[in-house]
Amino acid sequence: MDLSSINPILLVASIMVSATPILFAALGELVVEKSGVLNLGVEGMMITGAVVGFAIAVNTGSPLVGFVAAAVAGAALSLAFGLLTQFLLSNQVATGLGLTLVGLGLSSLIGKPYEGIKSPTLPKLNLGPLSDLPIVGRMLFSHDIMVYVSLALVVATWAFLKFTRAGLILRAVGESHDSAHALGYKVVRIRLLAILFGGACAGLGGAYLSLVRVPQWTEGMTAGAGWIALALVVFASWRAGRVLIGAYLFGGVTVLQLNLQAAGADVPVALLSASPYLVTILVLVVISAVGKHGAPASLGRPFHAAS
Amino acid sequence: MDSPLLRIDGLTKAYPGVIANDQVSFDIGRGEIHALLGENGAGKSTLVKMIYGLVKPDTGTMTLDDKPFAPTKPSEARSNGVAMVFQHFSLFDALSVAENVALGMETPPALRDLARQIRDVSEAYGLPLDPSRTVGTLSAGERQRVEIIRCLLQDPRLLIMDEPTSVLTPQEVDILFETLHKLQAEGTSILYISHKLEEIRTLCDHATILRLGKNVGTCTPRETTARAMAELMVGSSFASPVARDTEKGAVLLEARALSLPAPGAFGTPLRDISFSVQAGEVLGLGGVAGNGQDELLDTLTGERSAPKGTLFLKGHDISQTGPVYRRNEGLLTGPEERLGHAAAPNMSLTENAVLTAAQRKGLMANGFISWPKARSFAEEVIAQFDVRTPGASTAARALSGGNLQKFVVGREIAQAPDVLVLNQPTWGVDAAAAAFIRQAILDVAARGGAVVVISQDLDELMEVSDRFGALNEGRLSKIRPVAELNIEQIGLMMGGAEDMEDAHA
Amino acid sequence: MIRLEKRPQPSRLISALTPVIAVLLTMIVGGILFAALGANPFEAIRTLFWDPLFHPQFAAYSRPQLLVKAGPLILIAIGLSIGFRAGIWNIGAEGQYIMGAICGAGAGLAFYPSESPLIFPLMILAGALGGWAWGMIPAILKTRLGTNEILVSLMLVYVAETLLGSVSTGLLRNPEGMGFPGSRNFKQWDAAHNAEIVSNTGAHWGVIAAFIAVIFAYVLLSRHILGYQVRLTGEAPRAARFSGVKPARMVLFCLGLSGALAGMAGMFEVTGPAGQISIDFNSGYGFTAIIVAFLGRLNPIGILLAGLLMALTYIGGELAQLMLGLPAAAIQLFQGMLLFFLLAMDVFTNFRIRIGQGAKA
Repeated sequence: MDLSSINPILLVASIMVSATPILFAALGELVVEKSGVLNLGVEGMMITGAVVGFAIAVNTGSPLVGFVAAAVAGAALSLAFGLLTQFLLSNQVATGLGLTLVGLGLSSLIGKPYEGIKSPTLPKLNLGPLSDLPIVGRMLFSHDIMVYVSLALVVATWAFLKFTRAGLILRAVGESHDSAHALGYKVVRIRLLAILFGGACAGLGGAYLSLVRVPQWTEGMTAGAGWIALALVVFASWRAGRVLIGAYLFGGVTVLQLNLQAAGADVPVALLSASPYLVTILVLVVISAVGKHGAPASLGRPFHAAS
Repeated sequence: MDSPLLRIDGLTKAYPGVIANDQVSFDIGRGEIHALLGENGAGKSTLVKMIYGLVKPDTGTMTLDDKPFAPTKPSEARSNGVAMVFQHFSLFDALSVAENVALGMETPPALRDLARQIRDVSEAYGLPLDPSRTVGTLSAGERQRVEIIRCLLQDPRLLIMDEPTSVLTPQEVDILFETLHKLQAEGTSILYISHKLEEIRTLCDHATILRLGKNVGTCTPRETTARAMAELMVGSSFASPVARDTEKGAVLLEARALSLPAPGAFGTPLRDISFSVQAGEVLGLGGVAGNGQDELLDTLTGERSAPKGTLFLKGHDISQTGPVYRRNEGLLTGPEERLGHAAAPNMSLTENAVLTAAQRKGLMANGFISWPKARSFAEEVIAQFDVRTPGASTAARALSGGNLQKFVVGREIAQAPDVLVLNQPTWGVDAAAAAFIRQAILDVAARGGAVVVISQDLDELMEVSDRFGALNEGRLSKIRPVAELNIEQIGLMMGGAEDMEDAHA
Repeated sequence: MIRLEKRPQPSRLISALTPVIAVLLTMIVGGILFAALGANPFEAIRTLFWDPLFHPQFAAYSRPQLLVKAGPLILIAIGLSIGFRAGIWNIGAEGQYIMGAICGAGAGLAFYPSESPLIFPLMILAGALGGWAWGMIPAILKTRLGTNEILVSLMLVYVAETLLGSVSTGLLRNPEGMGFPGSRNFKQWDAAHNAEIVSNTGAHWGVIAAFIAVIFAYVLLSRHILGYQVRLTGEAPRAARFSGVKPARMVLFCLGLSGALAGMAGMFEVTGPAGQISIDFNSGYGFTAIIVAFLGRLNPIGILLAGLLMALTYIGGELAQLMLGLPAAAIQLFQGMLLFFLLAMDVFTNFRIRIGQGAKA
């Protein structure tokens, strides 16, 4: 085995890239769950975002337009979930699963003509003197804009939930929809907005996969990333800062196992390829064993204003 | 006299199958404490929700300060100076006191300033409160303070209070009344909702009485007897429980120094609880909500197991046995929450009969349920306990509170318990059903059963119990014969201060 | 103003009608979708639902396929539905299906080329055990530590897939396969072959097992105390505990049962229609079974019908690919839509629509 083939600078840089899709998706789901809604359709929205973003980017030649389209597509799909669960009071678990199945079907239908095509990809930003710094410059300051957007979104989500009145109301709705309703807050409307935000974020995460990380469209390319994003929210105990840590840890595992495979490490390949999923399970187990939860109290419970 | 602050004129609100409010009219004067009196289901809540903008009336008008008043949402009511302290459902456990207060305000200041204001107001009105505490860790009385302070910070002209004393000890009630009088002196009007007559006689200037959605009378409580108001409220007389004189027998249920950690972040631990109940006796356990009642019940049903050697049924250690074993041995229980704990809402009464009676009534053999037998047992309970329902195949949730309560209590009593434990047996139940249930409890004792009634309704406990004890923060006071107690002693027991009282005595 | 009002009690009629309405709605919207893809919608719907059974040319081939496809779907969905009834969400049936196939096949291949009549029963047992064991992982994690079973069971699907890849190129690879990935072919080994029982019906042992599972589940849910406890746990978990149900045992039972049934389905598939362990052996039955379970209203008889219907769309989908050039993904989307419409219609079991003066704030 030749570990010297692993370049630490490139390793860190590629961890950031590989963490970005799930970071987007997990941040979106964090906001959704904070409002008291459990949307298990992240995988479906992500892959729809991936294919729509890719298709639009190829057709317009602009990856940024692709990202916007992906966010819109993710939000549109989440709207279906929102209408079903918030107005028709359907079971959130079943509807989320359904959303994933629909998303997978829809994406492979849309994606057929785009298989094997290369898309325009995002340029690396030049941050002037920052990018020219030795080592750190290549590690941290030579990425495309969406990496920084995702980081900004972490800060924005954290600040929104902690400091703004809207964030307080959102948390209140997730904590007790009955109390929030009694005080006159529009529970359904607030939750719908959160669901749409979650959908848009999942769409962005998917598009980052197909437009930057891979960059190509292949059927089923999210390969469970949406589910891992869901696990990350649990891991993060519903806190934005910890979502960032979780996403980068997870990105680290993914990149490291790929590097180890490439370096011909003396570990069974099956174990390496399964490691992201095994690590996710391990993390879930550790979190539940520690027993610190902090899940919103109304999470997953349907709300119907009886009077 | 001045024009009234709020004039309510012909408010009507109908729901499918029931008219919640029918042409209700009355006035609330400036600086007046006005009682709204009525049984559960008389339409008090609906009326208040219309004033607070949560429900829109079908017909009728309101006038606030001589101006038409028709709030379409609570924030509109609040901006017009109408504030409300809820009985349930308006606090957020995981948020801090300051955050909870901010959520009830239209334009709250920054949290730091708000915290200072909360401290100022809470001191001014004698309601101490730490703005940074998490609400889930507060006692019921403290939680109510959060709601009251939330209202006071908005300088309300009309303060609505929905059953505020149901969660308070007698001493805390006195403090609350002082606060309300202070507010009244400052010119605030108060609409005070209750079904406790004595309370209203002490506190209120005028009272409006609702029955089945209609205004059936207005009176000046200080000049009216409690009995007269009760008759207006209930409409017809009902049988009050017959006093009994039973022989006490052997000790059937005993707890010895029972301690258990709190079940969750916001639960109460049980601390060193000891009591015993004899055959033919009713033990009443009082206390303000959230002081370990639910935890004690869960431990007695067998849903949570207790440390070895802490619970004994007829002399056998049952600490670690489950609900099925305890039922077979004659310990039957009725939890507080009817829908979701004592009964499954979407299941039929027949299916709900199987829930606790499967083994004891032989409703199954070799694991297979006999539905005809289950049905006839359900019908037996329905007939014997006067449950008003179209039939045994009706879903539990379709029954009214009182009827479902009669069914779930009846289901246990019909199984001839040796020991019966009930938590809040008449909570949210109409007066006639409550009287029926209390009589049934006394009958169990008269047959030689031992009964434990956990309740927050002191009147009820005084009526049915032989001996009384109070829960406070998971501790049980000394148990005393009811005949020796006065209201002040009870208050001290509920407040956990009986030692102090002993020292004085 | 339109609003929902809770019914005093659930409507049985609506509950039975919703799947029918959902199917009709899916046909309409699906038809529009097919039209958008350039196919004649009426022809497409006919190809999906009618031709597999009655087409003069293809029906002889496709009719037996109905049971072949419905068998595993029903078997898995029955197991899932019991868990769903109790509010226990095993969505990793695909992984348990794969593990059942691997263990079943492995147990048989260990005795190759014995022709003992005990081989096949042993393989069934091993398959069930494999699926059971895979289902017990999320079950034990949930009961011991409170770990979310949805995420764990789903993650284990991906782990099972990598294991499948690994054994079909390693441990279970056919030593006479000239280095190609994939195990020996069970169709060429009588003792281990899950053959058609009556020719041209498609009925193999897995189909028999599915029918037995339907009857078993029906009796369990309607007559047995355990089935009552399953329903009670789903309806009102606290009431179930009050009644004496141990939640942990319920989790172990439901995840174990659904795992074992999925594992058996995988074993019957690998020794029958599929023939061998290969990298792409699994084809999503474990996920489609979730739709089948819901479409059948979590009711055993309903699942039987829903399984047949879903099998029909699979076969019809293949025909539509062949005859109309509709992409396979269109069928997947069609199935997903069916689930969505069903969930949307579901609300009317417990609520009814009121039009006019609203009481809602």
